[in-house]
Amino acid sequence: MPGLISPVDCLHLTVEIGGIPIRVNTSDADFLSMLQNRYAGFVGSSEHAELEFDVDLVRPGFVDPDADLRVTQRSGKWSLVRGDFRAEWEPARRTGTIRQSANPYSIDAVLRIVHTLVLAQEGGFLMHAASAIRNGKAFLFSGVSGAGKTTISRLAPSDATLLTDEISYVRKDVRKDMLQHARDDARKQGHSYVAYGTPFTGELAKLGENVSAPISALYLLAKGPENRIDPVAPGEAVRELLANILFFAEDQELVQRAFHAACEFVSRVPVSRLTFVPDTRVWEMIG
Amino acid sequence: MTRLYVARNTRVAARNLDGEMMIMSGKDSTLFTLNKTATIIWQSADGATPLDEIVERRICPKYEVEPAAALQDAETLARELAAHDILDVSESPILSVHSHPANPPAGESR
Repeated sequence: MPGLISPVDCLHLTVEIGGIPIRVNTSDADFLSMLQNRYAGFVGSSEHAELEFDVDLVRPGFVDPDADLRVTQRSGKWSLVRGDFRAEWEPARRTGTIRQSANPYSIDAVLRIVHTLVLAQEGGFLMHAASAIRNGKAFLFSGVSGAGKTTISRLAPSDATLLTDEISYVRKDVRKDMLQHARDDARKQGHSYVAYGTPFTGELAKLGENVSAPISALYLLAKGPENRIDPVAPGEAVRELLANILFFAEDQELVQRAFHAACEFVSRVPVSRLTFVPDTRVWEMIG
Repeated sequence: MTRLYVARNTRVAARNLDGEMMIMSGKDSTLFTLNKTATIIWQSADGATPLDEIVERRICPKYEVEPAAALQDAETLARELAAHDILDVSESPILSVHSHPANPPAGESR
């Protein structure tokens, strides 16, 4: 019965964070426009999207602010449910759906969770940390709210490239050329870690640059009366790292993977405690 | 005397980091750090070796402690670890202690 069915325009946008392009399909031009602004600098090509989500927009309704997030897996399909969204994702098919109202926060949360799930499979993670690149090397500054992530980001000198002031993106770097041509010590190591810029902002409300660099150090932040860097024992480093890794899934295997990822990271990346006075001199010790 | 058998719970993740044995519960993500005696028990907990043998062969010679007192302490420790789902404890041998794919063998650092 022609005339009763009208085609719905499928609009799409590919958000590429951490080198993982995720295509978002929607039929709402305003929502698409909002996403383009929200993820400016992280919009990639849809030709090589690794994952794809159809967004089903619903009218804004009552949202329980205390509703817990639940991330569960059943029969190979992930379910992500919070008061303001309901999403499903099937890794084998690389596709999923998101049901939410037209706001940027819900899809932002879904993307963060999906990235944590993808990264967990390969030994990477998202963590509460500011990060920046200086002299070609990435430095991570980790800590809970109030530890100084925003402060250290704000104090960064002009030659530092801010990756994020809130959520750092960490991936293993397994490069063929590195494996084939590395010197013996590098070959023994096999891989290192790379930090990527993210659009996930904190108080600074400034998107990170969409660039990446090998991670040179992780600093556990503490404010104090003087600038100093102290070594941290591996066990303590793992404990603090795990406390700052974003992890949402109720999944035994992924819990174990996160634990091993933290241990492996600590065994390969120097972890120190950075006590600092909140002024620019702290950056003289970094880079 | 009732013999106790101990086996590593396959639902936990374990790593030896610089001599410190760290264990994460797969049930509630709680992180534990084992002391040296607990580490020995964890590493020896194959489900087939009785706890008294572990104490006699691996703990007593190392710490020069009296076997009966050491065994009592070890049993208390084993039951505490079992309460956290880190060890399985039984009065008969525990079969099928398999490493989880995401887990290296006990005491091994990947």
